[in-house]
Amino acid sequence: MKQVEILVIGGGPAGLCASLAASSLGAKVLMCERDDVPGGQLVKQTHKFFGSEKQYAGDRGYQIGQMLVEKVAADPNIEVWTDTTVLGYYEDGVVTCEHEGAHVKIKPQRTVIATGAAEKFLSFPGNDLPGIYGAGAVQTLMNVSGVKPAERVLMVGAGNIGLIVSYQLKQAGVDTVAVIEALPRIGGYLVHASKIQRAGIPVRTGYTILEAYGNGKVEGAKIAKIDEKWQPIPGTEEDIKCDTICLAVGLSPLTELCWQAGCQVEFIKELSGHVPITDDFLETTVPGVYVAGDVSGIEEASSAMVEGRLAGLSAAASLGYGKDVAAEQQKAAMAELDELRAGPMGERIRMGLEKVAAKGGAK
Amino acid sequence: MALINDGIPTKEDLAKVMPSEERFAQGPVSIAECFQKIPCNPCVKACPRGAISMSTDINDTPTVDYDKCNGCGVCIAKCPGLAIFVVDKTYSEDFALVKFPFEYVPVPEKGQFACGLNRSGEEMGWFEVERVVSGGKKNKTYTISLKVPQELANEIRNIKVGGYK
Repeated sequence: MKQVEILVIGGGPAGLCASLAASSLGAKVLMCERDDVPGGQLVKQTHKFFGSEKQYAGDRGYQIGQMLVEKVAADPNIEVWTDTTVLGYYEDGVVTCEHEGAHVKIKPQRTVIATGAAEKFLSFPGNDLPGIYGAGAVQTLMNVSGVKPAERVLMVGAGNIGLIVSYQLKQAGVDTVAVIEALPRIGGYLVHASKIQRAGIPVRTGYTILEAYGNGKVEGAKIAKIDEKWQPIPGTEEDIKCDTICLAVGLSPLTELCWQAGCQVEFIKELSGHVPITDDFLETTVPGVYVAGDVSGIEEASSAMVEGRLAGLSAAASLGYGKDVAAEQQKAAMAELDELRAGPMGERIRMGLEKVAAKGGAK
Repeated sequence: MALINDGIPTKEDLAKVMPSEERFAQGPVSIAECFQKIPCNPCVKACPRGAISMSTDINDTPTVDYDKCNGCGVCIAKCPGLAIFVVDKTYSEDFALVKFPFEYVPVPEKGQFACGLNRSGEEMGWFEVERVVSGGKKNKTYTISLKVPQELANEIRNIKVGGYK
């Protein structure tokens, strides 16, 4: 059995920053990543990030990922296991994983769960046709594998992922016929919407997909306007010819390990699903188990990085590391999170976190 | 329709960030078409003349001081939202220069004609590319200067390259 001080599960923006922060205080870290390279969703984010300098704003997501991965690789306190899927969290605090073809047991003193999120799916007739993807999958095909994934795309969802992937498709020479959104308003950043509009991609709010059709693969879709009760308005149906439909209808936190660990998990709509209840330091209701990033509620990658830092600091501090500096650094991370969430776009998150606090967590 | 419904800024939105005709008559000036409060502030640091400011809240929208701004265009490629443009109405009597960020391939060359697009992506005609500036190895965003008729200076905000006959 492998003994570690801090186990970080997931090598995305939150996991990378958790590992670096814990190590900076002197703790020894093992970071497990399911993919063959760490970086998580950062590896395919070709657009420039928002936020402030503290979250590397202005740099492109993949550049930030690369920088963090290099820092982690050069850090003697951090061991990285890639191609490693964490499988279970047992009641005696033993974590099991599949690593280099073997079933390996790990006994961490502290654990940071930074497993991220999975794309949501949507129910409609024909949604099992080849040619229907999660928008994130199409982004991976384009930006990681270098595959042109489509010729004509219908994007469903005008959150940041739907808008950004439409832009990146255009950059790859793929036309997006329309971005449709059931809500009456655009959910993502309006600068992303403006950017694709002036490239000729219409964003159409108040529309839903009725069905996808095609002989053996997607050949088109029927869309329609919806009313306030989310019912299609008769007579507004339109036929859209496309070979690919991308679903960008939200993400769900990947909380399986939190459930297994026995963390209190609650459904909080504003955080996009079931999330572990935490205190202000991102410790769950199971002492020694921390969370960071999308697993604790869907948010931007900038926040995931800061949450990772906070969870890493908290885990290391609880082991007695960084006695002189930890508290101050934790406070700075919390202030950064407050700053990122202070605007109208952070309102949903703030509401969600209030509910987390009310459910018993935050001090 | 409003900006929040389709992503296209309205006349009213634009009026809030548009310099006066007197200012346009004095030379190139930057226009931040940034209307939504999101956590983002690289533009503030980008300006070498300190012409772009924001309150202490990074969720605020930026303000351009048109008197300090000389339209150098450094901010264009620094805005993560690609929302800053420079318009020079003093370019010539008939033509204005519009400078905007560009992240597609192929990148146009100086002297080439490209199809000007407005904020809705509508084709507005073919115009000459006056200048192409690379954002460099890290930034990667190009800044394109397009020579457009004066009356389209505040309409055209993008181009489509290729297909000119």
